[in-house]
Amino acid sequence: MSENTEDSEITVRPELRELPERRESLWLLILGPLIWSAHFLLSYITAAVWCAKVAGRTGSLSCARLAIAVFTLLALSGIGLTAWGAWRRHKYGRATVPHDLNTAADRHRFLGFATLLLCGLSFVGTAYVALGIVFFQSCE
Amino acid sequence: MPAAACPIGRACLFTFGCTLLFTLTGCDGPQSTLSPAGTGAARILTLFWWMAGFAFVIWLIVFGIAVYASRPKRSSHSANASRWLIIGGGAIFPTVVLTLLLVFGFRLMADLRTTEGADLRIAVTGERWWWRVRYLGQKDQSTELANEIRLPLGKRIEFILDSPDVIHSFWIPSLGGKVDMIPGRINKLVLEPTRVGVFRGVCAEYCGTSHALMNFKVVVMQAEDFEDWLATQAEPAAAPRSALARQGKKGFFANGCSACHTIRGTSADGEIGPDLTHVGSRLSLGADILPTTPEAFRRWIAHTEEIKPGVKMPSFGMLPDEQLQAMAAYLSGLQ
Ligand code: HEC
Ligand SMILES: [Cu+2]
Repeated sequence: MSENTEDSEITVRPELRELPERRESLWLLILGPLIWSAHFLLSYITAAVWCAKVAGRTGSLSCARLAIAVFTLLALSGIGLTAWGAWRRHKYGRATVPHDLNTAADRHRFLGFATLLLCGLSFVGTAYVALGIVFFQSCE
Repeated sequence: MPAAACPIGRACLFTFGCTLLFTLTGCDGPQSTLSPAGTGAARILTLFWWMAGFAFVIWLIVFGIAVYASRPKRSSHSANASRWLIIGGGAIFPTVVLTLLLVFGFRLMADLRTTEGADLRIAVTGERWWWRVRYLGQKDQSTELANEIRLPLGKRIEFILDSPDVIHSFWIPSLGGKVDMIPGRINKLVLEPTRVGVFRGVCAEYCGTSHALMNFKVVVMQAEDFEDWLATQAEPAAAPRSALARQGKKGFFANGCSACHTIRGTSADGEIGPDLTHVGSRLSLGADILPTTPEAFRRWIAHTEEIKPGVKMPSFGMLPDEQLQAMAAYLSGLQ
């Protein structure tokens, strides 16, 4: 249930009007999945180029694995940071889910919560992509 | 149903269980993943049973919950408990299960693909719509055969798979997993047969008109028998014995069959169609669609297009019947 006490506060306190959703920012929402897809592409391209140009068909993935491990760390921290920001939005004020009121504050919370869920999904997706290099050492 | 005659419930259940078991053993056959004859297939089957078992448990739980939810005297649950049920059952549990399956699958895949310590190497090329099979020996000698693969029991066999034009997929369900044959790529597969017998391989990726008519026989033999067989197959073709077969050999060359087919030991060295050096010794004709009787050979040569639509061999139905019969006698005699 959403409480809208702080929504009435907004009408009183003009600085609260400056919630990002006033400016319709949806970027944070797709940041998690974006990082996930970038990580996916980078990992596959790295492995493909490494095997085609450097190691050869039966070669070892060695350096490519290291690079993918680094990408993975970066991607997971990026998703983690996004999730943290999302969590703060979700927790804005004192309302609880579902954030379904037609107010700027509830939109703020709603986007935060949706971003948080997408970050969860992206985190698992990225980890699954990376799991491949744990088990495969060669280009074959 | 014998179960109906049972006086006691438990006996009924037992009989039912047995009946089910016998029904399942009916899922046997030359092409069944449920009766594995290779280490790869056995491991994949284990994974299948685990997954099927778990799916059943989840099905039970979901139905249990549905029944529970529709019970007559309902009371409400705390919001917290419901939330944890949804997060736990809807997100955490599936993630954990999928992670376990993924790890299991990756490890299985890595194991099934290691070509180290292979005792024998066979290159198989997917053609439209048949299989070119080359047994690779020491150095660069090799024996080319077609449409039938024989394997020694208990040995690790490395398959080197490719295709000149379209994608096919090489699958012997009784022995192991399937692997695509992709133009411009070489894919590998290792199989290790554990049971002597005759099995069936199929093309498992749609590749054109006669995709469904692109199969092959797989014969797992004792290692010594296999060595003998391979030595025989490596030899040049036998000379025709009967007068009819000699006439057939003449017909084979007169009609230009040799432009597409190789018969080692003769001047026929075509590369477009399957090697026919020992075609009479195979268990099947035309990629496992006809037997290897003289009559089947005659039908194949005369009605190729009818038997296999889109086939890359012209039908020779216009030839006089005695010539067809003579060629059939010659080819079926190529043991
Ligand atoms: C244009 C090339 C071409 C010519 C000419 C040709 N064939 Fe074929 N033949 C093929 C191809 C391709 C196949 C494989 C067809 C398939 O199974 O899809 C084949 C398959 C066969 C097979 C079955 C082989 C097996 O492994 O089961 C026989 C037997 C055969 N041909 C006999 C003949 C005879 C006899 C002639 C001459 C009268 C002849 N072919 C002429 C291309 C040719
Ligand atoms: Cu096919």
